[in-house]
Amino acid sequence: MELVVCIKRVPDTSEAEVVIAPDERSIKEDRLPFDINEADNYATEEAILLKEKYGGSVTVVTVGKEDSKEQLRACLAKGADRAIRLDDEKFAGSDGYAIAKILHASIKDLKFDLVLTGCLADDDGYGQVGVQLAQLLGIPHACLVTKIEVQDKRARVHRELEGGLDEVLDIELPAVLAVQTGINEPRYASFKGIREAMKKEIKVLGLADIGLKPEDVGEPGSKIRLEKLFVPPVGERAQVLEGTPEETATRLAEILKEKGLI
Amino acid sequence: MGEIFCLVEHRRGELRDVTFEILWKAKDLGEKLDADISAVLLGHQVSSFAERLSGYANRVLLVEDARLANFNAALYQKVMSALMADRRPVITMVGNTAFGMDLAPSLAAELDLPLATDCVGLEVEDGKLFAVRSMYGGKVNAKVSFPEAQQYMVTVRAGAFPAEPGTLKGELVSIDSPLTEEITQRKFVEYVEAEVGEVDITQADTLVSVGRGIKEDKNMPLVEELANSLGGALACSRPITDAGWLTKDRQVGQSGKTVKPKLYLAVGISGAFQHLAGMQGSDLIVAINKDPEAPIFNVADYGIVNDLFKVVPALNAKIKEIKG
Repeated sequence: MELVVCIKRVPDTSEAEVVIAPDERSIKEDRLPFDINEADNYATEEAILLKEKYGGSVTVVTVGKEDSKEQLRACLAKGADRAIRLDDEKFAGSDGYAIAKILHASIKDLKFDLVLTGCLADDDGYGQVGVQLAQLLGIPHACLVTKIEVQDKRARVHRELEGGLDEVLDIELPAVLAVQTGINEPRYASFKGIREAMKKEIKVLGLADIGLKPEDVGEPGSKIRLEKLFVPPVGERAQVLEGTPEETATRLAEILKEKGLI
Repeated sequence: MGEIFCLVEHRRGELRDVTFEILWKAKDLGEKLDADISAVLLGHQVSSFAERLSGYANRVLLVEDARLANFNAALYQKVMSALMADRRPVITMVGNTAFGMDLAPSLAAELDLPLATDCVGLEVEDGKLFAVRSMYGGKVNAKVSFPEAQQYMVTVRAGAFPAEPGTLKGELVSIDSPLTEEITQRKFVEYVEAEVGEVDITQADTLVSVGRGIKEDKNMPLVEELANSLGGALACSRPITDAGWLTKDRQVGQSGKTVKPKLYLAVGISGAFQHLAGMQGSDLIVAINKDPEAPIFNVADYGIVNDLFKVVPALNAKIKEIKG
């Protein structure tokens, strides 16, 4: 089974203060930790699991600068076989659709049965690239995928809906499946894997290599334009209890008691 | 006069709330863009929906087909692209839900239309549409434009707009289903409910809810103890069920349970909007989180900005002391 996984390096802003950069169209990234996008990590694990079950190989693809080599290496160390890094200064400013076009141009001539992506990027929150990639490839898709069972040339797929409900569907391969977090337990790379990853190839391709033109990508190739970032307006914030952990705990316990909750 | 399409979302015989939120916003945009509103209803034996929706739109475009009874992105896309090519709506609005996320991106790509996903705001300036999207887990908003576009597509976050009783009297327009040949690429099979555990968190008066901040499985007893001391049940946010530390029936949020306890004590939960959607109706919300910027503090009544590993044991001891 030939598998392609699309991943992205993203800043981890879950516990960090996010500061808007002076250009007002980006955030200050210099003090943020970076990692593989969470859903993409699950997608990578799912691809490796499918390879381990059915044989074949896993190709990891990213649109990213030099530093995203680190995330590709990590995927190779876990069991992916080869990696492609799509990098060109013309890619800057691409929206989700332009990213889908770049991925499409690089993937369309590969041999694959399944393309896996994460269902949502933690930074831009587009949640559209995998589904648009499927459309460009002319193959079916499903997003928010929480279970994949391959049966011959089709797959039985679970999709997460709201309120604890799953949709089960039957899909023809090849397909693009945009994976939801929690679908599996992502592994850590072994020392052996890390050593072997150093020998695996990371191909770097630019605009001309994948047969696209400058007007296809970046801002000219995008359908939407990010005008300005701003801090969301907040309503009434929580009343913050000040003091040491003991003092705040005591104050909170008193409040709960006053309200009859203890 | 232009037309705004609002795609109706329904599941298992019920209209979904996001439909009315979209229609509310469409009315506002329609006034500013001189466009009228079409509720686009795809389904099978859904005339009762059509009747209800007519109060919220200038017209209900109804496509009845047995194959549209359950949502299937492949079939819905086929019908929507035919309708949109024919009527050329200026805006097509879809919920940013499991339904909309699976449909809108491929539909936009097929029709080569601009798409802004997960919009929390939509405004018209000088006759042009702007969207506000939330980024970086809700810490930043982005104002987004659609350069040179004549038609737009947006997906709208559930709960971003209110819903109000409809005041319109839309006409019903039945349209023949454009589905001709069988589509076998993707087939709907069935719905499966999440497994039910021994505790029903929707019934608890007190919930201690734990998130990513707990860091490791071995730290879970800390919050279990707190839940026990308070006589409440233990709930969690998505990362905890993703990691397999608690079962799915304990998860609060859009893809889990919606809860309204008397006390919701969030421990190490940053408060992604998907989580907030499931708990902001609680009577009293208290959050313990070391990140002062965490969105959970926007919905909490009381907050403690500190290390949960120091606060929770102290709180637990204090509660035990009070209870004697």
